[in-house]
Amino acid sequence: MKEEIDVLEQTVASDYKYGFVTDIDTDVVPKGLSAEVIRIISTKKNEPEWMLNWRLKAYHHWLTMEEPEWANVHYPPINFQDIIYYAAPKKKNKLNNLDEVDPELLKTFDKLGISLNEQKRLTGVAVDVVMDSVSVATSFKKQLSEIGVIFCSMSEAIQDHPDLVKKYLGSVVPMTDNYFAALNAAVFTDGSFCFIPKGVRCPMELSTYFRINTEGAGQFERTLIVAEDEAYVSYLEGCTAPMRDENQLHAAVVELVAHTKSEIKYSTVQNWYPGDENGKGGVYNFVTKRGICQGDHSKISWTQVETGSAITWKYPSVILKGDNSIGEFYSVALTNNKQQADTGTKMLHIGKNTRSRIVSKGISAGRSQNSYRGLVRAGKNALNARNYSQCDSLLLGDKCGAHTFPYIESKNKTAVIEHEATTSKIGEDQLFYCRQRGIDAETAVALIVTGFAKEVMNQLPMEFAVEAQKLLAISLEGSVG
Amino acid sequence: MLSIKNIHASVEGKQILNGINLEVKAGEVHAIMGPNGSGKSTLASILAGREDYEVTEGSVFFEGNDMLELSPEDRAREGLFLAFQYPVEIPGVSTTNFIKTALNEKRKYNGQEPLDAVSFLKMMKQKMQLVEIDKSLLTRSINEGFSGGEKKRNEIFQMAMLEPKLAILDETDSGLDIDALRIVANGVNKLRNENRAIIVITHYQRLLDYLQPDFVHVLVNGRIVRSGTKELALELEEKGYDFLKDELSLAEAL
Ligand SMILES: Nc1ncnc2c1ncn2[C@@H]1O[C@H](COP(=O)(O)OP(=O)(O)O)[C@@H](O)[C@H]1O
Ligand SMILES: [Mg+2]
Repeated sequence: MKEEIDVLEQTVASDYKYGFVTDIDTDVVPKGLSAEVIRIISTKKNEPEWMLNWRLKAYHHWLTMEEPEWANVHYPPINFQDIIYYAAPKKKNKLNNLDEVDPELLKTFDKLGISLNEQKRLTGVAVDVVMDSVSVATSFKKQLSEIGVIFCSMSEAIQDHPDLVKKYLGSVVPMTDNYFAALNAAVFTDGSFCFIPKGVRCPMELSTYFRINTEGAGQFERTLIVAEDEAYVSYLEGCTAPMRDENQLHAAVVELVAHTKSEIKYSTVQNWYPGDENGKGGVYNFVTKRGICQGDHSKISWTQVETGSAITWKYPSVILKGDNSIGEFYSVALTNNKQQADTGTKMLHIGKNTRSRIVSKGISAGRSQNSYRGLVRAGKNALNARNYSQCDSLLLGDKCGAHTFPYIESKNKTAVIEHEATTSKIGEDQLFYCRQRGIDAETAVALIVTGFAKEVMNQLPMEFAVEAQKLLAISLEGSVG
Repeated sequence: MLSIKNIHASVEGKQILNGINLEVKAGEVHAIMGPNGSGKSTLASILAGREDYEVTEGSVFFEGNDMLELSPEDRAREGLFLAFQYPVEIPGVSTTNFIKTALNEKRKYNGQEPLDAVSFLKMMKQKMQLVEIDKSLLTRSINEGFSGGEKKRNEIFQMAMLEPKLAILDETDSGLDIDALRIVANGVNKLRNENRAIIVITHYQRLLDYLQPDFVHVLVNGRIVRSGTKELALELEEKGYDFLKDELSLAEAL
């Protein structure tokens, strides 16, 4: 509670504070996409043959696909030849420990509030840091490996754990899944890999911090998390980018695999540069995230706080295959100025007695458009499947929009699917009540919005909840009055 | 402390207050009575700075400052408190969090550090006893699902926490059963002191029995038609507003 207030106190006028650029020597593959560029990327990463072939297959499939247009977002066509697909901070040699990380990089991440120094971190949070196309550092690797937890960059996983990667990569989001997933499969450059072996409860939060730095670079990371039987892991990703006038593309893929009685909790605090108040610049965040509850009694929980990006197109989903498995989706999506978000989830019930819960809180301000899109499907064999969905929208002002698109498909009579939706406005009465108590309008709005989003914020690991609240408040600046 | 001079005000083009004059000094308790729709809440709203209401004439000075120039939040930080006739719900925001935010905003305005968690809790505890409010109420979303009595008691609790110089209680007694009324009235009495002024808006004598106001004013058709001491309230109770016939017809004629 103390933090809650402190956070609001920091709601002083400040623009996107992550918008700086790091001046660092960068290894860049020229703009454009071709089989040749994919070969170069693969070579630079010293990848085995099978990986290259996988990429090329995805690329050829992508060439046959059309860019999707069904989402409630609008943007000019993307020129895929005008994007840099590989940009990596140059490093002299393989790092043996974090002390060898380029000081300029350390400074960058300090500025972003991400300390790479293990001693300096208050609590046990292991962090993998990805700048543009590559992972630059991973902390606590050694401690984790002692209990059998693998936490490393995807590039390293391909080198050091090829069998695991081969087994699971593309197993949840096939390379042919959709346009942006196929693109990602062709050109992905890094991301995090987590493997929690049977019976292990990962003792610290695992997190990845993504940073786009290079102008014109796209970011295509791929994250894969596997929890073996009875394993548990809580994982968090955060992301920021410099302020630039042109749009930058971020097309990531995240795959989660939860085996019997395991649990994966995946949290996102998304704060890519949203563009300016006139909608110039900003990141296109076109992301495919999906988890499979493979084993009985497994559980996957997505929590997301989405405040950044010019356009967000993202539906973290759960395939509930194992009997008695549980899928959860908790989302706060805040749009301001001219941001557009089309986000939601899919809960695909396949196994018996599977349960899912969806809590979506959309906040629209400025001239933004905010859509919830969700699919709940109960298959023939999903006996006694249960879903509860709650979608609430909060509007600030009358130039923004909130939309809800729930799709329900039930193929058996024992399934119970419930959907509730509300739309409200921050009322003059609420604002005046706060102001009469000495709380100015901007702080009042932040307070009301934080209250509105509370159920979702409560799902976040404590130290990230504070960060996320700050973000909500900051993202709303200028939306009052 | 508060000096209201010839206030005229309208809302949505409709004239509601027709020249209100009122002087309130520190330590005094004033009661404002009057029939429904006479403009009592409008007066309270204008003092608190609600923007829908337009002051077309007159002035309000609070502790020497031109109050009409101040934003609602600055008026509050200067020490004005309004206990709302209809307190507002804010889902997901606990009463504790709400009050802490308010308190610290006020402290910041006055150049003080935010209250640390320990002192805040201590203060809460002490004031909770004062107004006999239950702890469980304070962890719930403010006013959400509160009964009428709980809402009113919560307003008085906020008043206790924010320690205003001037408190306006708008029908804080209406909708309360006799026990709740006693608790609220006791709370208010404990908050009386020589530095604090209180304006009580009410229809009923029963709250005034507890509070024993120094002055009573009767508001009709946007004017104060009679001012007196607490005996005036008793007279009203006994005879109804009709006994003010002359004043009433005068007010209506205007
Ligand atoms: N926001 C408003 N819009 C239109 N009319 C209003 C508004 N607020 C008050 N009024 C009108 O002003 C008059 C005085 O109301 P009010 O001040 O609430 O009276 P009281 O509190 O004495 O019962 C009433 O006729 C009421 O209908
Ligand atoms: Mg009233």
